[in-house]
Amino acid sequence: MKDTVLVLGGRSDIGLAVAHRFAAAGHPMALALRNAEDLEAARADIALRHDIQASLHEFDALDTGALRGFVESFDPVPGVVVSAVGAMGDQAESECDPTAAALVMRSNYEAPSQALELFAGRMEAQGHGTLVGISSVAGDRGRASNYVYGSAKAGFTAYLSGLRNRLSQTGVHVVTVKPGFVATRMTEGMDLPAALTATPDEVAEAVFRAVERHRCVVYVKPIWWAVMRVICSIPEPIFRKTRIGA
Amino acid sequence: MSAFRTVELAGWGRYPRRPGPVAHPRSVDEIATLLQGGGIIARGNGRAYGDSAMGAAATLDLRRLDRMLAFDAQSGQLVAEAGVLLGDVIAAFLPQGWFPQVTPGTKFVTLGGAIAADVHGKNHHRDGSFGAFVDWIDVMNADGKVVRASREEQADLFAWTVGGMGLTGVILRAAIRLRPVESAWIAQQTIPAPSLRHAMDAFEAADDALYSVAWVDCLAKGPALGRSLVITGDHARAADLPTQYQSKPFETPRKRRLSLPFDAPAAALNGLSVRAFNALYWKRGQRAPRHRLIDWDSYFYPLDAILGWNRIYGRRGFLQFQCALPLETSETGLAALLSETAKAGQGSFLAVLKRFGAQESRFSFPMAGYTLALDFPANARTFALLDRLDAITLDHGGRFYLAKDARLAASSLHRADPRAETFRNMRREAGLDRAFASAQSERLIL
Repeated sequence: MKDTVLVLGGRSDIGLAVAHRFAAAGHPMALALRNAEDLEAARADIALRHDIQASLHEFDALDTGALRGFVESFDPVPGVVVSAVGAMGDQAESECDPTAAALVMRSNYEAPSQALELFAGRMEAQGHGTLVGISSVAGDRGRASNYVYGSAKAGFTAYLSGLRNRLSQTGVHVVTVKPGFVATRMTEGMDLPAALTATPDEVAEAVFRAVERHRCVVYVKPIWWAVMRVICSIPEPIFRKTRIGA
Repeated sequence: MSAFRTVELAGWGRYPRRPGPVAHPRSVDEIATLLQGGGIIARGNGRAYGDSAMGAAATLDLRRLDRMLAFDAQSGQLVAEAGVLLGDVIAAFLPQGWFPQVTPGTKFVTLGGAIAADVHGKNHHRDGSFGAFVDWIDVMNADGKVVRASREEQADLFAWTVGGMGLTGVILRAAIRLRPVESAWIAQQTIPAPSLRHAMDAFEAADDALYSVAWVDCLAKGPALGRSLVITGDHARAADLPTQYQSKPFETPRKRRLSLPFDAPAAALNGLSVRAFNALYWKRGQRAPRHRLIDWDSYFYPLDAILGWNRIYGRRGFLQFQCALPLETSETGLAALLSETAKAGQGSFLAVLKRFGAQESRFSFPMAGYTLALDFPANARTFALLDRLDAITLDHGGRFYLAKDARLAASSLHRADPRAETFRNMRREAGLDRAFASAQSERLIL
């Protein structure tokens, strides 16, 4: 019997693709999301296509007080927990509306970090498990066009890094996955450069392989590693004058 | 929310091609909204050859509605959304001992498309068409309402929608029945038939075989006219497999996939290469072992192994011709069609002959008799030849397969098939003609 894989934020295109990928390898799947019953068709599809068990779990990542109860509702604790929680938000709106900005910050940093922390505690107690956080290249450097989202992802990336190091002697592994552009519902209608844009299936494949191979940090399209090295090496006084900085 | 965006559209034959607005809805509610402008047709995986799935005003690509919803292992009934591919059904259920009851020559069709065209397979003479194994469908009508139709409830809508080419509403979901099988292998028999008469005799003699189809050398003339390899098949029982496969009867060896990523130059496919291919195929077929076990993918979907094979005809695309002839006129009609094709020297790589069983349906293609399918590069000579083939079909009381058609004249369709007029009147009375229309339905006045 293979490990159960829990996907937090299983409604997103990436979350669903991740679920299909692990299910295809024979893992029982659990999907956690808000208004979980809406996703019954997708749950049935995952179970039928891959001949595995799949379940839905009501989960609101922003309901901090309920997180512990949610995490403790799993017995045994899933072998792999993948966080696909997040929200792009709207940069312009976040700049003028602190409530909107707080939602983006909480959705991309606070909520996924706290949920994974609670699962980490339980995995640590049993001495094994894998946690995957889907962060973003947007967290590697702040840019004018999406720094509210980017800063939250930066926080999440740093959190995952710290968590990985804290757990290094416990048998619990933490993977950070950084997609670049992904063609999803969230980005539909945007004009994305094809060479830098991954499909949700490619993200899922990267997650799956990173878990299998115990990788620490992976960029979904390898070219993004190089792109981000260049972007991060540009001194701030120059960066602020470039188009990339915008 | 999905919106219409203009892209170039074509069928599998890549003729005709033209830009048109396409949307990729993810939900039933989105579809209801998108229908409001009228002149809409639903599109599956684009395997109809001509303009069946090119909307008159706009096209709804339903591939995102691709979830399997329920399976009953007692009855073999699968409930799935319209955008699920037949290949996905096989991938999910063959390992558990189930196979589609009816499959066309490609697994890359959606369930919605298979129902709309009421596709047939190599077992039509025994089991009928795809529609025979559809228990119910959910159809969205012109008002955006979802209606469940079956043989018992909303029976008229059900009967018109199976084979209705998407012109009665948007097929959203269906319950289809799968066939229990003991293995992923087909016991195949090849019967060389040196003439058309021999081929037809072989079909009649092979009536017991679940599957039968013939490849015809459509360039052979004179006494060899219609020489064919008649290929029959049955699902192999687990006990009939070689011992090394018996413990894993649903596993077949992995195959290499080829693809044609570019258009072949038009000259690559000329009279000479087609003649050489046909002659070679016939020669090898005669020498091949008469009985063999073959995996399901190679048996049912030999062309699927070459992704993008439609590009072999070059940038201008190609045209399919497929007609069905009643049993009484089949021999003379097939002889006339094949002579005309051989005379034109325009032979096709794929000339396929098949015996149809009886079928009563409102607007589906199959009828008791024989069906012949040919394909040709899209050029002026082909258009002239196809007009002559249409005339021969009409003279012999035959009818035409709309899923293959890209250029039939409305007058030919309506002469061949009085049901077309009834279909059109039904659409008008039900107010469906303004809501649902394809380039094909406008051309054929449906």
